[in-house]
Amino acid sequence: MSETTHTETNYMGVFWWLLVLTIAEIAVIYMPIVRLAVVILLVSMAVTKATLVALYFMHLKFENRTLALIALCPFILCVFLILMLTPDIFPR
Amino acid sequence: MSEAAAIHVGVEPQEAPLTPENWGKLGMWLFLAGDAMSFGCLIVGYGILRHASKDWPVPSHILGINLTAFMTFLLIVSSVWMVLSLSAIQKGDRARFQKFLGLVILGGLMFLGCQAYEWHHLITEALPEHNLSFTKDLFATTFFVLTGFHGMHVTGGVIYNTCVLSAVSRGRYGAKHVEIAGLYWHFVDLVWILIFTFVYLI
Repeated sequence: MSETTHTETNYMGVFWWLLVLTIAEIAVIYMPIVRLAVVILLVSMAVTKATLVALYFMHLKFENRTLALIALCPFILCVFLILMLTPDIFPR
Repeated sequence: MSEAAAIHVGVEPQEAPLTPENWGKLGMWLFLAGDAMSFGCLIVGYGILRHASKDWPVPSHILGINLTAFMTFLLIVSSVWMVLSLSAIQKGDRARFQKFLGLVILGGLMFLGCQAYEWHHLITEALPEHNLSFTKDLFATTFFVLTGFHGMHVTGGVIYNTCVLSAVSRGRYGAKHVEIAGLYWHFVDLVWILIFTFVYLI
């Protein structure tokens, strides 16, 4: 059952990954690379960190599919929101 | 009793609405999904306003990255303490649980203290230096709305965790309730990770 799996998760391992990614994020903003690359790197690392928290600390990796679908809903709606607002972001 | 509930031995029928999880956990996930939309709308709105602006200041030139990096570290550490407190109560180790949940509450209070200091510094020094103000500039307005909304969540989390600590200590709550409180706290951490990147770093 999921209860026993939670306690065996390597929480400290996840913590070190989060810490390393946070330090890497701060380092990236001082790197002499093009802005687009900085933005892509920062967003990628932030999404990775958020995913680690959701999967391991919030135990989504060990839960059933219903909870994962509930968790995905706001993400899908946000993508939908961005798409709907695209005409305002990039007007012709 | 539904088939789904029947195949999960040991789960009470009243605790198996849609999933083999308890009602409380399902309720918290539904609440968090709604709350995530609130934050999602605010962050998307922030992005659109920023994209449309021609003279948006570079955030790292105005906002203190070192302090907020420390605040990020605080929330990540407090998330680890939260899972360790859950692990302790699941093993029946109440003293260890109290220690770690107490640290989570302390971490939350320190975060709020840092945020109060940051806001005070911005309002009295950093923003006026750059001719910016809360009521006149979208940069300042969106910053205070986003971080303020998150700060309210941290405040709520500190109060919630304090109530859970008290209830578990009196034997009224168990591991199930700690897990639900943990979901809220990790969500607060997750949102800050995104705010830190989108508002402070990019």
